[in-house]
Formats: sequence, C-alpha cells, structure tokens
Amino acid sequence: MKPENLLFAKTHEWVAVTTEGGQKVATIGLSQFAVEALTDLVFIELPKVGRQVAAEESFCEVESVKAVSDVYAPVAGEVIAANDQLADNLELLSNSPYEEGWIARIKIADEAGLKNLMDYAAYQKQCAEESH
Amino acid sequence: MRNTRDTKLLFELSEAGRRAHRLPACDVPERPVSELVPANMLAAEPPALPELSEPQVVRHFANLSQLNISVDTHFYPLGSCTMKYNPKRNERIARLPGFADLHPYQPESTIQGMLQMLYELQEYLQEISGLDACSLQPAAGAHGELTALWVAAAYFRDESLKTGGERRTKVLVPDSAHGTNPASASMAGFTTVTVKTLTSGALDMDDLARHLDDEVAVFMITNPNTVGIFEPNMREIADRIHQAGGLVYLDGANMNAILGIARPGDFGADMQHYNPHKTFSGPHGGGGPGAGPICVTEKLAPYLPTPVVVRVEGRESRVEGQKSNPTPSLALDPRPSTLDRYALDYARPQSIGRVRAFFGNVGVLLRAYCYIRTHGPDGLRRVSENAVLNANYLLSRVKHFLPVPQGDRCMHEFVASASKLKSDKGIAAMDIAKRLLDFGFHAPTVYFPLSVKEAIMIEPTETESKETLDAFAETLFNVVGEAPDVLHDAPHTTTISRPDDVRAARQPVLTYKSSNATA
Amino acid sequence: MPYLYTTPEDQAAMLAAIGASSLDDLFAMVPPELRLNRPLNLPPALTELELTQHMAALAARNEHAGTKVCFLGGGSYDHFIPAAVDELAGRGEFYTSYTPYQAEVSQGNLQVVFEYQSLITRLTGLDVSNASLYDGGSAAAEGVLMAVSSTNRYGKVVVAASVHPEYRQTITTYLKDLGIEVVTVGTPTGVVRPQDLAAVVDDKTACIVVQQPNFFGCIEDAASLASIAHDAGALVVAAFDPISLGLLKRPGDWGADIAVAEGQSLGTPMQYGGPYLGIMACREKLIRRMPGRIAGETVDRRGRRCFVLTLQTREQHIRREKATSNVCTNQGLFALRATIYLALLGPQGLKETANLCLQKSHYCASLLCNGVPLAPPVPPRQHRQPQPPTTADSSLHTSGATGSASASLAASTTSTSHNSRFQLAFAAPTFKEFVLRDKQDRVDELLHQALDAGFLAGVPLGQWYPELNDCFLVAVTEKRTKSEIESLARSLD
Repeated sequence: MKPENLLFAKTHEWVAVTTEGGQKVATIGLSQFAVEALTDLVFIELPKVGRQVAAEESFCEVESVKAVSDVYAPVAGEVIAANDQLADNLELLSNSPYEEGWIARIKIADEAGLKNLMDYAAYQKQCAEESH
Repeated sequence: MRNTRDTKLLFELSEAGRRAHRLPACDVPERPVSELVPANMLAAEPPALPELSEPQVVRHFANLSQLNISVDTHFYPLGSCTMKYNPKRNERIARLPGFADLHPYQPESTIQGMLQMLYELQEYLQEISGLDACSLQPAAGAHGELTALWVAAAYFRDESLKTGGERRTKVLVPDSAHGTNPASASMAGFTTVTVKTLTSGALDMDDLARHLDDEVAVFMITNPNTVGIFEPNMREIADRIHQAGGLVYLDGANMNAILGIARPGDFGADMQHYNPHKTFSGPHGGGGPGAGPICVTEKLAPYLPTPVVVRVEGRESRVEGQKSNPTPSLALDPRPSTLDRYALDYARPQSIGRVRAFFGNVGVLLRAYCYIRTHGPDGLRRVSENAVLNANYLLSRVKHFLPVPQGDRCMHEFVASASKLKSDKGIAAMDIAKRLLDFGFHAPTVYFPLSVKEAIMIEPTETESKETLDAFAETLFNVVGEAPDVLHDAPHTTTISRPDDVRAARQPVLTYKSSNATA
Repeated sequence: MPYLYTTPEDQAAMLAAIGASSLDDLFAMVPPELRLNRPLNLPPALTELELTQHMAALAARNEHAGTKVCFLGGGSYDHFIPAAVDELAGRGEFYTSYTPYQAEVSQGNLQVVFEYQSLITRLTGLDVSNASLYDGGSAAAEGVLMAVSSTNRYGKVVVAASVHPEYRQTITTYLKDLGIEVVTVGTPTGVVRPQDLAAVVDDKTACIVVQQPNFFGCIEDAASLASIAHDAGALVVAAFDPISLGLLKRPGDWGADIAVAEGQSLGTPMQYGGPYLGIMACREKLIRRMPGRIAGETVDRRGRRCFVLTLQTREQHIRREKATSNVCTNQGLFALRATIYLALLGPQGLKETANLCLQKSHYCASLLCNGVPLAPPVPPRQHRQPQPPTTADSSLHTSGATGSASASLAASTTSTSHNSRFQLAFAAPTFKEFVLRDKQDRVDELLHQALDAGFLAGVPLGQWYPELNDCFLVAVTEKRTKSEIESLARSLD
C-alpha cells in the first residue's frame, strides 16, 4: 500500500479501510516516522483476536530497550486478526511499515473514529512539526 | 592483572565429583528415604548444581567482586540513591549473635534488647519526621509507599462509611516523581494522575488546581524533589490538598538533605517513608536490601501494619501504643527501668494487616539505629549541611560547562542537562556517563527525572572530600570537551565495552545453558 | 564528627565558591516558617567505642540460637552457614555497590545475578528466575498478582490453609484494594484434600497457592492439586523450601507455574526475620509479567560475553503506573549469599543437608511421641560450649549452637515404650518440621518450661489456627545433634 492512500491518526497509526463481505474492516499499522523515532524495537505485545476495542483505546504495545509505546485503535470494533509474523520478525515494522508490517485488523463497529483521521499530506505536516 | 580463568561461570568451572562444604555423618538412626517421602514426590536426582572446591568458590567470587565499582572503592555520585559511606562498625554490630541469630518467633521475653532497639528506632524516626506513629515493617522504599497507600485506602474506606461519600480513587504524582510512585498507586488500586512541574523543578500550581477535586485521595510528593530543590510552595500545596480532603504523602528518598533542618510533619505531610539504606547508611548490597519504614499522623496510626513495638510500663501495664510520647526515652543506658518491658502489639483491629512475613528488615533497621545513635541531633544536622554543601559546591563548578536548568542553588543533588551538547555535538548524557567510568568515577544517574531532557543527576553525599569533588569536576569538564567519537565509544578501559542491550532484550538469555546442563 | 571529611578551611573555600555566606545560607530555599528551629530530640552522639558497648549491652539482653537450642521454624531456620559465605559477601566491593545500572563497572554483580538465576531455575525446574524480591511472603503475593494479570482473571484466588499464615495475610493485604477475593481451602488433615480444592476452583480462579512442604511441615500431594488447577485454566503458585529440593521433586516437575520461596535457608542468618531473600521463578511464557530485575547475557562491542539488566520495560522506572510491580530495591546481597551457599554445597551437599533434616526431624518426632531416653536429664547449658563474650570485635560470626554431644550420655541413652504426652497432629508425611499435639493442652506452659531448660522448643500454632491451640510446630535442621534432640525430649517429658 502506498502511504498516500492511507489515513493517519495523530498518534501515528495508519489505517486502510476495506470492505469485506459487506463489512468494513480497518487494517492498522505504525507509520514509518513513528517506527524510526522508536528505534531498536525489541518486543511487540499484539492484541488478542476477538478483543473489543474502543476508538483511541490502547490495544497494542511496542517496546524498545528502555521505552514502551502504546498503539491506539483508530476506530472502535473487534480485532479479527493480528500479524503474528511480527513476534519473531520485528524488522518488518521498519522494513515494510505499510505492507508486511501491518499490526492488526479491526472489524469496524463504529465509523465515528475515522472522522478524526488525516490524509498523508496533513500527517506529513504534523511529522515535520514534531521533528522540531 | 585480571584473572579471567576464575571468572568463568560457576557452571563452566564445575567438575563432577568435586565438592566444597562437607556435612557430618547422620548421628541418629537412619531410615530409608523411601519410607519417609511418598514416591511420587521424591526426586530421582538432586538439582544439577555446579560441583566446585572451596578455594575455587572463594577465588571465583573474590575475582567477581573486583569487577564492581563500589562506595568502598570509588566516588559513586548516583543521583537519588544517596551512596554514602557505610560504617564498618555497624557491620560488626549487626553480626553479633545477639542480633544475627534471633529467630523471628522467639518469645518476647527472650528478645527484650531487640525490641527495645526497635521501639527506640520507631521513636527516633517519628521525631525526625515530625509525625506521630511508625511502622518498621516495609522492606524497601517502594514497599513503604505501597504500605502507606494501603493505609490511606483503609482510612478513606472508613471515612466514606462515616460520611456516606464516595471513595476517593485518585493519586496525584508530579511528572518528576520516581517510577515507584505511580506503580505503587496502581498496586494499591488507585488511578494515577500526573501533575506537571515547571523548568525550575517546582510544581505547576495551576496544573495542580486543575486536578484537585473530591476524588483525590493522596498527593505523593518528593521534597526536596528529584531535581534537588525544596518545593517553594510546599505549605500551600499541603493546605490545598488538605482542603480538598486528601492526604499528603512524602517520598522520603531525599531525607538526607533535611535531617534536623525541616520535618515533613511540620511542612504538611501526613505520611512518609524513609530509605534507611540511603539516609541512614545501610549498605546497598549490590541492589538491596533496603527497608522502608513509614511514619504517619495520629489519625492514620490505627491503620498501620501489625505488629508494632510498644513499651509496657511497670506493673500498671499501661500500653503507650502509637500515641507518641512527646519525650521519647533518651537514656544512654539501655537498661530500662526494671519494670518496663517491650512487646509486640497485634491487637489493632483497624490495621491493614501484614505487608510481608516476619517483623521487617531488621538488619537494615539495626544499622540505621547505629547511624542515628552515632550522630545524635547535631551530627544528623551536620550530615545534611555537608550533603547540601557538597552538592552546591559541585553545582557551582559544573554549571559553567554543563547547564543546570533549575538554577544556581540546590539541596543535596542537582540535575544538569546535556541537551545542548546533544544538539550541538551529538554528545548524549549516556556518553558522558560512560566516559566518566574510564576515569574511575561511577556515573551519575542519567535520563531521570523524565522532566529534564538528557538529565545528569549528581548526588555527591556528605561522604566526599573537597579534593574528590574537585577531581570529579575537572574530569567532567575534560570529558565534555573531548571529541564526540571518543565519548561514543566510551568506556575504553573497563572490563567490557558497551554491552548490546538490544540483543539482550530481543533474544533473552536469562540462564546458563549447555548441552551437559544436567551433569 | 564521624564520617565527614571537609575541614573548616575546606568549608570556607567551598562556601566562597558557591557564593554563600554560611552553611545556613545554603538552606535559603527552605521557607523559614517550615524549618525546625530547635535540635532534634534525640540522644546525644556516641563514639564508636560507646556505640559498641551500648549495642553489646542490648544484644546481651537477647537469647539466641547460640544460647538456646533452636527448634523453631515456620519459614526461618537455624541452618548452618559455611564461613566462605560471610567472608565473600562481606567484601565491600559487593555490599557497598548498588543496582548495576552501569554494566561496564558492575560485571561482578551482574554475573552473580545471572548465576543466581541459573541456579534457581535448576533448583525449581522452571525456565526463568528474577534477581530477587523482598521475602517469601511478598514474593507469594507478587506471584499471585502475576497469575491474576496473566490469566486476566480478576475474580478470585484460592489459597490453602496450609500455606504460611503470614504469607496468606500478606496476599490478603495485596489483594484487598483490587477487589479480588481470596478463598481459603481448609486443611484439617494437615494437607489439602484434592476434593476440597476441586470444590472451590472454577473458571474465575486465577491461581491456587500451595506450599511444599507446607507450613505444618507436611508433604502435599502437589501434583494432584496442580492438575485440578490446570484443568480449570488456573495457574499454580507454589511456595517451596529450597533445602527440601535436595530430596523432593522440583516445583516445575510437579506442575507449578510460578514458584516462590523464602531463601533465608540458603546462607542468610535468621536476624529476627529479615532482611531475607524472596525467590521467584516461572515458566517462560509468563516472563513479561514477572516483577523485579532480571539479568541477561549479551555481548559487548568487541563481541565478548557480558551481562546486563534486561527486559526492563516491565519495570516501574519505565512503565510507571502500568508496571508489573513497584519493586525497585531488591535483596541483591542475599541472592549473592544464596549463590555462594549453593556453589559451596553442590548437588551432593544439598542432598545430604536435606537428608539430615529429614532423618533428624523424624527421629525427634518419634522420640517425642513414642519414647524418651532413660538417662537423667542434663540441662543442655551445662554441656554446651560457652559462648564467646559478645564483643563486637569478635570477627567470628558464631551463627548458632555449637553444643557437642556428651559421649557418655549418648551411649547410655536407650528408648523405651512410653505413654507420651505428645502425638503428631497430622498423619501426613513430613520433611523437616512437624506439628505436635500436647494432650494436656498446656502449650504455653510447656514451651516456657522448655525455655528454662535451654530450648527454643517450638512455635505455638494457636495464634494462627484456633483449632490447633493445643499444638506447636517443631523444626529440626542439620545442625541439631542427637544429644540435643534427646535433651529436648527429656526436658519436655
């Protein structure tokens, strides 16, 4: 996926919304900017499949040696898949943040959260500001 | 000359059939083990421990000890940890069989000397804190925090029963606080709310006001705080917490700055813990033990853990309990009046119960008692005066080449920032810390408190002489001026260079494993 | 003034450099109205000599395991401590250092922690160990919290009544404000009956807590209890006695998921209850929920093996309110002592120590219940080595009784059938402790009488178990000689 086609949260998650069998599904990952800022990731605690999450709830954690960062759910819904490959291959987060490095898929229960997301251009602007 | 042969792992030194300690033959009629222990609970083999001779064991650990920097060997300005000299006399005293070989369930009549010491220590700690009652039970500072928060929870439970109000659920913690504060609050079932601090290190009073409401149970404050200043609005903070119905908890990590100068009970604290392994010179033991006695006001005293030590006076059996006697027993002669005795008081129905097994970390408390008795009232005050003198002197020398955001004065420690060095030359606080090791100094605490960027937290303690402080300041000055590459690769002269922390965390190897591990 | 090094001249120079007019001026930031304007009300300072005399006088007012023969147990034991433990742990490079935040100058401590963790996993049969917790009681409570968070079952935990009562009280304190129920399973036979456990364990149960050998010294049918818990999806938190593992099956081998222990037996003096050593080990899958420091192996920049603190994101200094625990300072010095102790004993030494405890405690129980020697009682103090005077300069740490058996006495003793005052309270097999019932129900008087005869004979159980008010707990370590055991039997007759 190209980042230009994704939506971004203020907290650096990306979202791709697709429709599967009439049901809207959000695929979620971490932006390249976020992964680079975290440096030397050592562990990810993936969300359990079946878990119900609220919008903006922390549902996953990524850890570097001396820091823990929350990953927030951009939309409310049920976790229907988590990327188990990450557990053994955290490099996917940095090597392929928008493809193989996806974190989880959520069956959207409430689309309200989507309204708070921004497009890639707006997100890049935010990143530029944060770098200062 | 380094001996690497004997610093191999114990398991690599092991040879089948070797042994060190030998036991006497069994002198009672022996029965087959299979008659005494059910077969399904009997191990086929004892655990696969290494097999070594006594000289090997001694050489191994003696060599390992030499790979450490310690207070006995080096200046150890580890901020917030108060790495002061550990008096050798106190080690000897703690080893006396009359203290070291007491079983915790001996009858009270056989431990009167021990109980008297503990009783008097309770009194001393109350006097130093300006609070009314004391529990010696908690095992470390963080354990003391947790115990005090359980006390607060029990107090508010009773209050809400009386008033019919809702139970208070929030604990306020400044962003400069030790991580133990919020962690303790969670363990005690409270929600942590973070309050901001200003660049000066003082609490942001506006932010405090925003968070103050009738859900606030406890405000946890470290004072002097973690950047080493005395909270300028301490009285007002305490008053506002009290007006909102909350309690003020003092994290006593920095008591070394204010012994005999100011007392938490007098500046508004309702509860506090001590770190006797910091303030009162208990050795840090390579990570512990500590102890975490707490003192509280009279209204919280009924909730303290059981048991507490009480003095039972004469024939009247009047129990003083935790209502502090305003004039504690100060006799030099340890023999109390012939009719007095000391007892453990368990009959405390409102108590939160136990926070551990047995009485407490008595060995640490004993050393604290010795330290307090060695110094007396004037001596304790001079400890703090000299700790503050040393810190300010070092600050006066360091601030010219390493910015200290909080200003020109401090209490017992100060926090410099390598933030500008980082942006100008790419030198991080960690680089400076590592390079200091090359010159025979332990590093200061780095990256704490979180409220200061690239923090370098320096606490010299009263132990150090002016010569040592001068040498440290000169070294630090030289280090800051070195080429960044030299610092990035530091340390250069230690047993090992920088370890790969990422590898350790990604592929954890937490025990020794080999193909013959079961040998 | 002790332990200070600045001369008045130094002070003046330092104040000038600071720009302060006086020591008092340094405290300008402490508001005057908050200061203490009087000396602390504490006794005056003592010199080293005076302190030594004062403390020796206090110590002399205590009886101890060197003046009374100690049969007390219940989680703290009079085991022998080889001299090398004190000598090595007494090195300043160990005991005056702190948590190894700077790995490059702490390889000694870090390697010790790594070796300690390795020894504990071999001892327990579990995958990983932390660097230590405070004591057995708080380790048990932390083990329960770990089980609750890893099972995500915040409903209840089930604790056997045969678990140390002070551990149970500690667990209750830790759980009370979290709204988790503590259900206690009674142990009227001295051990947990599987059907009693099965009746209360359900799908809301985070864990069971059992002790092996239990507080009464009895050996539980631990494997059966573990499978009941596992069938319900609950974890097994096991408290164990490290010495017993010279003979008994390891907790990890009978189904424990989290093993905790009081490590005092491994080379730490009794010192009236602390500081001791909280041991904790667990299965690998639980490691991210484990409290406390953990050391790991890695390499330095030159590729050499070295050790660091690792998996620190679990801990309070990083995760703050979401940390697995608030523990910071631990019991490093006692983990070191345990490491040295286990290295000195080795597998054979541990097995022999365990066997001596087993044999001597059974001999003691059988003597007390079935018969006593016929020889006239000799107060043990008369045939004991006199204790050296308790001057603090005695560099020998005489950690306990040195009583030597009187050969003539031992030779003359015989046993006879006897209608004893005592019976074993429980029929279950025991390891190094046992519970005696006094048929005359006068335990306090009896223990007092034994004290006068020179024995710390047992721990009365009525304080924790009202139904066992006529019972007391007797522990027999490898240090107790045949002669001491026989003298105890005579004094209680």
